[in-house]
Amino acid sequence: MNALRTTEALLYLDDVHRSFDGFKAINGLSFAMKSGELRAVIGPNGAGKTTMMDIITGKTRPDTGTVLWDGSVDLTREDEADTARLGIGRKFQKPTVFETHSVEDNLLLALKDDRGVLATLFARTSKAQAARLDELLALVRLSDRRKDLAANLSHGQKQWLEIGMLLAQDPKLLLVDEPAAGMTDDETMRTADLLKDIAGAHAVVVVEHDMEFVKALGCRVTVLHQGSVLAEGSLEHVSADPRVVEVYLGR
Amino acid sequence: MLSRLLDPRTAIFMAIMAALTIGVPVLNGAGLLPDYLVPLLGKWLCYAILAVALDLVWGYAGILSLGHGAFFALGGYAMGMHLMREIGPRGVYGDPILPDFMVFLNWKELPWFWLGFDSFPFALLMAMLVPGLLAFVFGWLAFRSRVTGVYLSIITQAMTYALYLSFFRNEMGFGGNNGLTDFKDVLGFDLQSGSTRAGLFVLSAVLLMLTVLVCRAVVTSKAGKVLVAVRDAESRTRFLGYRVEGYKLFVFVLSAVIAGLAGALYTPQVGIINPSEFAPAESIMVVIWVAIGGRGTLIGAALGAVLVAAMESWLTGVAPELWLFALGAMFVLVTLFLPKGVLGLFGAGNLPAFAKRSEVPA
Repeated sequence: MNALRTTEALLYLDDVHRSFDGFKAINGLSFAMKSGELRAVIGPNGAGKTTMMDIITGKTRPDTGTVLWDGSVDLTREDEADTARLGIGRKFQKPTVFETHSVEDNLLLALKDDRGVLATLFARTSKAQAARLDELLALVRLSDRRKDLAANLSHGQKQWLEIGMLLAQDPKLLLVDEPAAGMTDDETMRTADLLKDIAGAHAVVVVEHDMEFVKALGCRVTVLHQGSVLAEGSLEHVSADPRVVEVYLGR
Repeated sequence: MLSRLLDPRTAIFMAIMAALTIGVPVLNGAGLLPDYLVPLLGKWLCYAILAVALDLVWGYAGILSLGHGAFFALGGYAMGMHLMREIGPRGVYGDPILPDFMVFLNWKELPWFWLGFDSFPFALLMAMLVPGLLAFVFGWLAFRSRVTGVYLSIITQAMTYALYLSFFRNEMGFGGNNGLTDFKDVLGFDLQSGSTRAGLFVLSAVLLMLTVLVCRAVVTSKAGKVLVAVRDAESRTRFLGYRVEGYKLFVFVLSAVIAGLAGALYTPQVGIINPSEFAPAESIMVVIWVAIGGRGTLIGAALGAVLVAAMESWLTGVAPELWLFALGAMFVLVTLFLPKGVLGLFGAGNLPAFAKRSEVPA
């Protein structure tokens, strides 16, 4: 893993620790991702999946450890807005879209552009941006709902809108927390296909519980347990690991 | 651009305001409108401007400021200081430089912070700069530390209360308990004359219209969409890369500057400015105006301010002991039956009303 250090790795975490009131949420976690890689992160409840995402996006600061972006930027010094501007997009487990805005405005706000107050005060949507909005709306299958308030979308549609918002940001890395939660089987498979399409142009980390979904992604899997990596490899490889079986099936 | 600013309801509001701007002085000149009503109407319009300023931060950015009266009062004091200096040797004690209250307190010379206020442009600048600066420092500290929700409301209340207590003190140099009063004229125009009062009314009406236009420009821009996003899902907005504190600071300062200007127009029309304007209850009153009129609509806030102020003037005249009960009842009834405020009666429009939220307001 050290071979990746500061050279190939887009995201690099080494020996990261973080505890909350004595509870070690992250305990010596090391993790690395290449550009364009698709990775599934699995693990039982409390394994530290969400805390790991919080640390990567600057929401939570680690107690100790290294978190490097693109081999050079120290993510432990950045806040949420900084990490978003660096190119880290995050999708939450519970879909969080701006309910009082239209579907179109949700995407417009996410669209890669100057985020400063003055810039947005005088912003006008360019032709290229309008075309990109049309493209995104078609991609997430919400073209006919563009003027509707996001509050009026179904749960699955909100999930898709949020994925659309992530894509609008055009991040280098997407952190996707349980994208298939609450989706029908059909929607789940379509979401897996969409994520596979996205990977390559963007690095994608998918946190998921649904093993069918992880199988459909067909990518490298990292198993977290008690705040550190328990196993890593193909899904067949990690499911054959007796420690993983033990963690998932209980002792 | 203009069609973006003037949605149907705002256009109607502008038309009514334009009619009032011309109508009130004309009717007063023709003897059809009693003299005492002109400064009273002007005062209500100043309240309306203050309410619109609060709605900008509360209705759109979700910042429930319970201290907006402080910005209004600071603007009022800045103008009051100029009016005091303009009295000159016509005061009771006849001192050419020192206002009466300073002579009374045996002060020998003008404190440094009174220097420059003999100039009207300087006083006007201060009426915007002082509230703006206070809002900037306060907002910078509060928003950067991510103080939100009730905690923010409480510290805004503490801010106005601290000023309230300070301005009561004679040593502060702002006339203590009595405040600033006995004004004679402004820019050479006699404050008691009908034409000056009509002029001040017209200025208030114009400032209200300008305020609504400026605020509409902000809330209909992409920055306005960001503000509503902050209001409804603050942390989500951060993860999109928006620096939330910058947006909050921008509207908070803009709102304070507008409130300060409203205060500067209020003082000459009311004839006095004293520490009671800083009273916490005054700031809460502004929130009630906005809630009754309809938050997140701008013109609803203006409507609410005028409605409540008119009710207050009328009821405190006929049955003063009933006024607070009536105010309470009005607030409860509007909250229960008109969640979008009085303006909600006139069509919902396409404004971002408070709908159910994806994120619990902190």
